[in-house]
Amino acid sequence: MAFDKMELNDIEVWDGNFAAAQALRQCQIDVVAAYPITPSTPIVEGYAKFLSDNYIEGEFVMVESEHAAMSGCIGAAAAGGRVATATSSQGFALMVETLYQASGMRLPIVLNVVNRALASPLNVNGDHSDMYLGRDSGWIQFDSYCPQNAYDLNFIAFRVSEDHDIRLPAMVHQDGFMTSHTAQGVTTLTDDAAYNFVGDYKPMNDMLDFEHPVTHGVQTEEDWHFEHKARQHNDLMTKVLPKIQEVFDDFEKLSGRKYNIVEEYETKDADVCVVCLGSSVETAREVAGEMREKGIKAGVIGIRVIRPFPFEQIRDALKDIKAIAALDRSSPNGAPGMLFNEIAGSLFNTDTKALLSGYVYGLGGRDLTKAHLVDLFTELQANVDAGKVTTPLQQFIGVRGPKLSYL
Amino acid sequence: MSEMKKIKNLKEFSTSADRFEGANLLCPGCAHSIIVREVLNATNDDLVLSASTGCLEVCTAVYPYTSWDASWIHIGFENGSTAVAGAEAMYKALKNKGRLKQPDRNPKFVSFAGDGASYDIGFQWISGCMERGHNMMHVVLDNEVYANTGGQRSSSTPIGASATTSPAGRVSYGEKRNKKDMVSIMASHHIPYSAQVSPNKWKDMVKKIQHGFAVDGPVFINAASPCTTEWKFDPKDTMTIADLATDSLVFPLYEIIDGRELNITYRPKNIVPVEDYLAAQGRFKHLFKDQYKYLIKEWQERIDDNWAYLQRREEARV
Repeated sequence: MAFDKMELNDIEVWDGNFAAAQALRQCQIDVVAAYPITPSTPIVEGYAKFLSDNYIEGEFVMVESEHAAMSGCIGAAAAGGRVATATSSQGFALMVETLYQASGMRLPIVLNVVNRALASPLNVNGDHSDMYLGRDSGWIQFDSYCPQNAYDLNFIAFRVSEDHDIRLPAMVHQDGFMTSHTAQGVTTLTDDAAYNFVGDYKPMNDMLDFEHPVTHGVQTEEDWHFEHKARQHNDLMTKVLPKIQEVFDDFEKLSGRKYNIVEEYETKDADVCVVCLGSSVETAREVAGEMREKGIKAGVIGIRVIRPFPFEQIRDALKDIKAIAALDRSSPNGAPGMLFNEIAGSLFNTDTKALLSGYVYGLGGRDLTKAHLVDLFTELQANVDAGKVTTPLQQFIGVRGPKLSYL
Repeated sequence: MSEMKKIKNLKEFSTSADRFEGANLLCPGCAHSIIVREVLNATNDDLVLSASTGCLEVCTAVYPYTSWDASWIHIGFENGSTAVAGAEAMYKALKNKGRLKQPDRNPKFVSFAGDGASYDIGFQWISGCMERGHNMMHVVLDNEVYANTGGQRSSSTPIGASATTSPAGRVSYGEKRNKKDMVSIMASHHIPYSAQVSPNKWKDMVKKIQHGFAVDGPVFINAASPCTTEWKFDPKDTMTIADLATDSLVFPLYEIIDGRELNITYRPKNIVPVEDYLAAQGRFKHLFKDQYKYLIKEWQERIDDNWAYLQRREEARV
């Protein structure tokens, strides 16, 4: 039975979850194995409904846990077809074991991670604690700032992940509720244009090719394990970013929408700069524009690709900045912060004299307001004026009670 | 259509095409390889196989070697069943979409796992696979212990067995809990077929495996797998121990159709005392001390009771 195509308006009003679900429909996913969790559930509900209404042909396997969801995705991907799922927070944490297994087996799977805080205390709202949990898992990680990105990056993720030179799974992140449940205008692709961009799935080492039996998921000890892991890591470090750039370029030709590995906003002549992720990037850009009207040369860097971390691009983007703030939406639990650490690492061994300070914000869905960012840019300018970091190295934005700042 | 393999005798069976090679690292005398071969040799159809982490997995797929001449996957300890379920879902999707490379085939989807990976850590995953109705077979290689990690008790370890985490000692007779009744639990998912098999009764096993391959839907097979290393018997005695297990009715052979109809498939002509089964294995050696002899009597009573229960259920036809 052939499936029906869907007529979309040029611009639809979608939230991030529905944008991602529509992208999965247009990519014609063969198998989704999934388990519900707030706030990502509507993505897989969307796939199920499209399936029920014959807008897609495939199998929806509603499993009994997120661990099983990714396990089923691994089996399906190894069998040889296009596979995707979605999760958040505790579900993502439960999935972590299988994330390493998926990437180690070099299986192209796209996982939409709608970012949410990690318990305890239990919290359903958005922060980046779960995102950071996946950063060493060998997956490619794309970050959305808005529903449009959540839509576009799914197509890009499949193209990169399924490329036979890459063969690594990819996550598309979006902020829980701020992006996933906030409806905005999303400029669409037609079903044909979207599918043609992603292309037919090209099987490799597929278990359903019975003329060429393959053994997946072998044992390697001290004789081979290191080589496998080192080569996987090296592919991430050397092959993935050029491939992403190539796919970004192709996507711009198709859609007119330009994506960059590091998204720079007013950085060329900036003195002070905020580096952040997710929906905060858009807020920070707006405030940076307003700071410029007040005479502070403010810029914003949004990280589009979290893994592999774009060290060179970050180094180039920040080389002339005088004061930098790294904004981490996660409790680092015993370290300065994921972005702080990576940015410090990027700038080390360079000639920069930039002053770097870290901020932890927005835990459990706490708002990051424009007023917070005005204060932050003002502090960065004070650092520039003083020629040193005038604030504690690590501060919390918007926490009540004692400031809890550190160093 | 699926091809039902005709097997006349043991020689023909043992020499039929091997998709599981004898070149593997399993212990001499290990029943796992015998069971796997008996399962795979029951069909000529293509296979999509998985092994959960355990003896079978670590001994058959050590890079750059593999013992498997069939599609095979290992992910982790708990999720081998779901790996096969995912592959089976992809098979259905690609079949419907006309994208199978060999659309005329009729592949069989089989997951192998030990009792630890089935009764304990993989329990939820297997339950999910059975409940969702995947067209797959899960085979437990039941050696009643975590053998791959060196002999810790699982929920399949029977009362009185000495395991490294329930060791017999001056004041303990070893494992305190009785074995979980996994076949009943899986049958309660109302799957079309579940059965208990033992490698010594190969004709019974092949018949059940072929029945399992012929039905549409999930199939659960619990296979007795005497473990020379952890049960502590001579490697040459694997089949002798298996005979004692089936003939003492410690490991009765039966099947459950559609979760309800129970058929006993093997009735020993001479029922062997449970004591003989226990006496043949080092793991039960301490039970023969005076202080624990009462447990042997309890064992016999429990096995008699279970046999009576199975017969009542069979007669009741419910």
